[in-house]
Amino acid sequence: MQATRDFSYYVKDLGSGLSHIDLAVEGVNCAGCISKIERGLSAIPDVTLARVNLTDRRVALEWKQGTLDPARFIDRLAELGYKAYPFEKASAETTEAEQSRFLLRCLGVAAFATMNVMMLSIPVWSGNVSDMLPEQRDFFHWLSALIALPAAAYAGQPFFRSAYRALRAGGVNMDVPIAIGVTLALGMSVVETINHAEHAYFDAAIMLLTFLLVGRYLDQNMRRKTRAVAGNLAALKAETAAKFVGADEISEVPVAAIHPGDIVLLRPGERCAVDGTVIEGRSEIDQSLITGETLYVAAEQGTAVYAGSLNISGTLRVRVAAASEATLLSEITRLLDNALQARSRYMRLADRASRLYAPLVHATALLTVLGWVLAGASWHDAIVTGIAVLIITCPCALGLAIPTVQTVASGAMFKSGVLLNAGDAIERLAEADHVIFDKTGTLTLPELEVVNAADIPANIFALAGQLALSSHHPVAVAIAQASGATSPLIGVVEEPGQGVRGTIDGVEARLGRPSFCGAEQVAEDDAMADPEASIVVFSRGEDRYLFAVRQGLRPDARMVIAALKQRNIMLEILSGDREPAVRAAASALGISEWRAGVTPADKIARIEVLKRRGFKVLMVGDGMNDAPSLAAAHVSMSPISAAHLSQATADLVFLGKPLAPVVAAIDLSRTALHLMRQNLWLAVGYNFLAVPIAISGIVTPLIAAAAMSGSSILVMLNALRARSARGEVGAARADSNSASDPALRGGRT
Amino acid sequence: MEVLVILVPLALGLGLAGLLAFLWSLKSGQYDDLDGAAWRAIADDEPPQEPQPDVTVR
Repeated sequence: MQATRDFSYYVKDLGSGLSHIDLAVEGVNCAGCISKIERGLSAIPDVTLARVNLTDRRVALEWKQGTLDPARFIDRLAELGYKAYPFEKASAETTEAEQSRFLLRCLGVAAFATMNVMMLSIPVWSGNVSDMLPEQRDFFHWLSALIALPAAAYAGQPFFRSAYRALRAGGVNMDVPIAIGVTLALGMSVVETINHAEHAYFDAAIMLLTFLLVGRYLDQNMRRKTRAVAGNLAALKAETAAKFVGADEISEVPVAAIHPGDIVLLRPGERCAVDGTVIEGRSEIDQSLITGETLYVAAEQGTAVYAGSLNISGTLRVRVAAASEATLLSEITRLLDNALQARSRYMRLADRASRLYAPLVHATALLTVLGWVLAGASWHDAIVTGIAVLIITCPCALGLAIPTVQTVASGAMFKSGVLLNAGDAIERLAEADHVIFDKTGTLTLPELEVVNAADIPANIFALAGQLALSSHHPVAVAIAQASGATSPLIGVVEEPGQGVRGTIDGVEARLGRPSFCGAEQVAEDDAMADPEASIVVFSRGEDRYLFAVRQGLRPDARMVIAALKQRNIMLEILSGDREPAVRAAASALGISEWRAGVTPADKIARIEVLKRRGFKVLMVGDGMNDAPSLAAAHVSMSPISAAHLSQATADLVFLGKPLAPVVAAIDLSRTALHLMRQNLWLAVGYNFLAVPIAISGIVTPLIAAAAMSGSSILVMLNALRARSARGEVGAARADSNSASDPALRGGRT
Repeated sequence: MEVLVILVPLALGLGLAGLLAFLWSLKSGQYDDLDGAAWRAIADDEPPQEPQPDVTVR
């Protein structure tokens, strides 16, 4: 059976005889990489375009149709030292990129108009206090109107649309006072210009739009960037399946190109990429990513397997099922749907602020008008003053207060290895005061490790490693990796489900199950000491050595738990695994609150109990069985190794082996929330100073412009402080880099 | 003050030209990779010279 790689699914036909493919590339981060990759790929004949995008870590390639196999680009990049994989742009990503461009276009138009209107306004302001003729002033005002009106009509679209949507849905958002303020300011300015008045507010209206668009664009761009990075990470997992294209012929096909009914081959040591049913073969599978259970399950004809299961010993043929066929999945999906529906719709800080702010501002303006009329002013003067109040209170800084902090904080989180899935995740994470951890794959690493490596003589370890290199069994892979062996023995025979045997210096050596190596008794005694570990025996002649292999705790798990306790956060483990395994992990970490053998429904029930007691729960989990509880919790996090469903449900995703990003994210979000609140108060404070001036009717366009730009700049500068969290994040991050302490791994001596 | 008749359209024309240039650059994808653009500015333009074949006559 010869496997070929088929990437045709990702190739786009551009017409005019050219083909196009996008590759996500790992490890591109400097100018050197750009030119190295572009030159390396352009050197392939018939390539017409090779362009690196450093922001998104991607390469766009075009070539003459039919002349090249895309697999060649990936091989070439591998030769250059970069891991690459094709990806398909999610439709959401395309929409967000489009939206991002639209906002930038609006921002360009608004900024152009602001600058030019300002150029006309400053002569008026200085002319008003010197010798400007009324005709000249009117001329300048009309010119300003000519620029500002069409510019506002174009650049104001995002606000007008959103305000319209909110009003139609019967609610109020921040865009409603913005839309009203801008429209009234422009309308009043036109009327005032017709009446040859001294003041017009074209500059204020358009400048307001410019500042708000800066905030809107930052917000959008942050979301676009995290989505692009998340898309890359998904692509670089390079999930393929060996699909049967003939009776005995297989082809490595990207998972996206696999359809229900296809037959795929699942070899030992491979992680299943699809959901389906076994139609041929016999093996053991590790379903810990799905159920949290670390014991292997037997698989034979008719057994359902799920994406994420690890095949252990035998080769299986799997028929791919449609999503609805898998029974376990449909149960989880049902729970997930319920949880998503029940998710109390969280009120973002910005929405809460605008809900308070909008009526207050509009009431103040109205009272100003009525007050002046009662005091004997003309309706015209009263209305002009009222609109001036609206202009000065227009939530310019308020609109910037939150997105600027979010942008800076998400950048800082990104640097500590945390990606945001939801825009309001920062606010919700900052409030978390109770953390529920899943055990398997979250507190522990998905890979196996040799626990008692220190007890085994180095030369024996090396021999066992050489023997292990011949097998794809996950335990053998773990031993081979731990031993650092690189040259496999020749003539090694693998007995499926038993172990491997070979000859070293004329003596037969075996690595495998205790029974395979004739060491049941010793192994049984040993298994009592650590029920979680699988025991593998290496035998050579009469010598027997025991290897204990298990999932290890994440290297810095204990430090992270201590750091969380220090922050007065309650901790708890809810795991689908057996009691002894969970008990061992809990006691190693010093977490007193734990439950084992928990079903997805039980997890949700527990979260509901905590919610009713007033806790804000952060759920950290990776398994498919965690997905519903990730949705049910106040805020949720997943490691990047998590099941697809969980990763898509979680609000934040963290990268790498250490658990430290969890603490870093909590600290950063707390700082960010603090700064958001501070910014809101700064913006409101500015209004407190400016509103009395506006009410008293002595506000001029100059005062409005100064107040607006002053408060906006102050808020933006304050947001920059979100780059570093208060507290000991720095320390926590440094810890994660340090070598792991063997004592933390729950190892036996 | 008659000079305004020339200066004002000139100023607006320049501003408009700037805006059009911005919209053009946006459309041609120059804001798609800001990080990369920052690095490209200092990258070497020419690929390193191939070692010259030895042309001296023996």
